[in-house]
Amino acid sequence: MGDTFTILRRFLPEFLKGTAVTLELTAVGLALGFLLGLILALMRTYGPRWQRVIAIGFIEFFRGTPLLVQLFLIYYGLPSLGLTFDQKTSAYLALGLNSAAYQAEYLRGAIQSIGDSQMTAGRSIGLTRWQTIWHIILPQALRLVIPAWSNEPISLLKTTAVVFLIAVQDLMARGKRAATITYNPIGSYLAIAIIYLIIVFVVNALLKWLERKTRIPGFEMETERP
Amino acid sequence: MAEPILDIKGLTKAYGNNVVFHDIDITVNEGDTVVIIGPSGTGKSTLLRCINLLTKANAGQIWLDGDEITAHGHNEDEVRQHVGMVFQNFLLFNHLTALDNVKIGLSKVKKLPNEVAEEKAMQELSRVGLVDRAAHYPGQLSGGQQQRVAIARALAMDPRIMLFDEPTSALDPELIGEVLEVMRNLAREGMTMLVVTHEMGFAREVANRIIFLENGNIVEEGSPDEMFNRPKYERTRSFLWKISELYGDMESEA
Repeated sequence: MGDTFTILRRFLPEFLKGTAVTLELTAVGLALGFLLGLILALMRTYGPRWQRVIAIGFIEFFRGTPLLVQLFLIYYGLPSLGLTFDQKTSAYLALGLNSAAYQAEYLRGAIQSIGDSQMTAGRSIGLTRWQTIWHIILPQALRLVIPAWSNEPISLLKTTAVVFLIAVQDLMARGKRAATITYNPIGSYLAIAIIYLIIVFVVNALLKWLERKTRIPGFEMETERP
Repeated sequence: MAEPILDIKGLTKAYGNNVVFHDIDITVNEGDTVVIIGPSGTGKSTLLRCINLLTKANAGQIWLDGDEITAHGHNEDEVRQHVGMVFQNFLLFNHLTALDNVKIGLSKVKKLPNEVAEEKAMQELSRVGLVDRAAHYPGQLSGGQQQRVAIARALAMDPRIMLFDEPTSALDPELIGEVLEVMRNLAREGMTMLVVTHEMGFAREVANRIIFLENGNIVEEGSPDEMFNRPKYERTRSFLWKISELYGDMESEA
């Protein structure tokens, strides 16, 4: 265990490259998941029946099956349907689609807690349904969702580690390589664990800052940070 | 006689077998303040919601300025611009300052340029005496101030008629006066208003006509003098007596 810091020093350049990949996977997965999740949440809340059915089906599938299964379906399974993606793209897709399902549910909760009354108020001055969603409901829901949603970047960051199984060179893959070279698994995995911890610490600080920054004066947030 | 601003004929609303109101006729002329009174749960709020098409009536017709807004295919969003609505619980947009609450309809619905919208919004805030609170968020305002911002927000759209749904019911007693004062001024300026309220002092002093609604029917209507001093029906007399007992008549004495 004492070798952890030796390994950390020795493999630092490699670990940093892996960290960059891990951060990239997290960022792309989060962004893709947010966009798709927002669309799903809106479909599920305001859409006609067929849209609600699609949204619910998507969300249930991606929350109800292991990420690893989804990743393998995309990377090994889709080529048989004529859809071939490289490792990175497969990883982006699996993480993004999976995260979308979770983010959709966080967003739906926030949108619903804003309530029908804000919709009524918006419509009463002549705003259309979409204008009210865009200008009135979403700005409030996106602020309200932050405490609960803050789980997602952290959870996604840690989840990205599965992608080493399709040979994406993320932090986890670099840790495994270090373990093989040094015959010291505990030192190697502790070393990358420390790096994961540091990233989580920084991301948490950023999220708290974001939460403070977007707070509406005099308006109490209804959901608590989990 | 001039054409009425609002003309309601045979309006009926039911949820399944539960009839909220039945075959209601109401006419509001330009510059009039008509007050609707009645026990809770008699469909007063639903009636107002039907008028600005937030709720669809099952039967009957509504004309706004001679234009039948219940006609099939009528643009609802356009109608709502001309019908101002003030809610019991204010329903301000919590993420916007008082100024932006008033401004957003001007920018997004009327598509006025930013400076013009801002100036107009400021004028409306000054109309309700809240220029010094323009930069405050709803959560930083008292209930009375929030309701005045809500009135300014509705006024900003230059409505043909203002609907008030128990505008003071959610307020602490000491905050009711400032909202009624704003409404009194509006009536004086000639705004056409349809007001659901339990404030009998306001009704007595400001209303041209009072409508007593009970169990989904208009029991009686008349001038404040007729309604308060010589109502035709015992029901009207006992309701007015009870409600005055309950809420007092402080406003008319103030």
